[in-house]
Amino acid sequence: MFDSPYFGLVISILFFELGIIINKKTKIAILNPLLISIIAIIGVLQFFDIDFETYNQGGSLISFLLGPATVVLAVPLYKQIKLVKKNFVSILFGILLGSSSAVISTWYLSSWFGLSEEIRLSLVPKSVTTPIGIEISDSIGGIPSITIVGIVIAGILGAVIGPYVLKLFKIDDPIAVGISFGTSSHGMGTTKAIELGETEGAMSGIAIGIAGLISVMIIPIILKFIT
Amino acid sequence: MKMLRQALIILGICLLAEVIQQIFSLTIPANVIGMILLLLFLLSGIVKVEMVEDSARFLLKHLAFFFVPAGVSLMNNFEMLKGNWLRIFAVVIISTIIVQVVTGCSVQYINLRRGK
Repeated sequence: MFDSPYFGLVISILFFELGIIINKKTKIAILNPLLISIIAIIGVLQFFDIDFETYNQGGSLISFLLGPATVVLAVPLYKQIKLVKKNFVSILFGILLGSSSAVISTWYLSSWFGLSEEIRLSLVPKSVTTPIGIEISDSIGGIPSITIVGIVIAGILGAVIGPYVLKLFKIDDPIAVGISFGTSSHGMGTTKAIELGETEGAMSGIAIGIAGLISVMIIPIILKFIT
Repeated sequence: MKMLRQALIILGICLLAEVIQQIFSLTIPANVIGMILLLLFLLSGIVKVEMVEDSARFLLKHLAFFFVPAGVSLMNNFEMLKGNWLRIFAVVIISTIIVQVVTGCSVQYINLRRGK
């Protein structure tokens, strides 16, 4: 029964839908569908002693769609191209400063918290979208699977706390909001930004790509200075 | 028919992006190259936005769901993370807040200055 791609597909959709219902009923932001489904699925797999590879026969079909989904982020970007051109300077500088602050803060915080150098390096690309983050982690001596942990936490929690953080600091310009979500929380942050509005979503989408490209370039340079 | 044609365009771009990445051995992930390609095609009019719009809406609407298996893969790393969970959580949360504030404030600040 478990050894079929249908198993991974069914259990993923089932728990995600359940997560949506729980999220709607409780209206608690931290109980978001992604978090609920991940925890529930890991629970089920461990309870029935099913390994990840068995689940991933179906799971990989879902992950596969991340590729095309990243590509079509060009569509909202295209629709907002005038806005992007008009705000090119602020968008570029915002992402550059944001991505730099991600690297520097992650490095020093994890040093203060006494994490090993291996884990520190693995967490450095945590704000970047998964495919780029893994590449960076590998090239600077991190462990890609730990990088995924960091990326998932930054994505889920960033999407959950983002609206409160931005409100607290009075950041309400839709462009600033979108760029902030995409730079700090990649695709998962973008799902939140899309909920907030079309401009927010589009800006967040372009920030994923630009932040990824900028991070590839600046991380080795910044690490040279601070390590 | 329409859906198939949309899938053809999008998957075709994904494939083209991978080929480009391999030929030039680029470090930029193929997904991002694909995104840039699609944008260029849209801007140049080679691809009309109506030709990919429905699929794009479907994929972006369910973006969060596509991350489920990546999240579940955490179960393979439980051993390595033992005893470090709380610290990793703290680092990532604090840093994420810093990034949100730095990014949001600088974009908004520059926009306000330029708007005046």
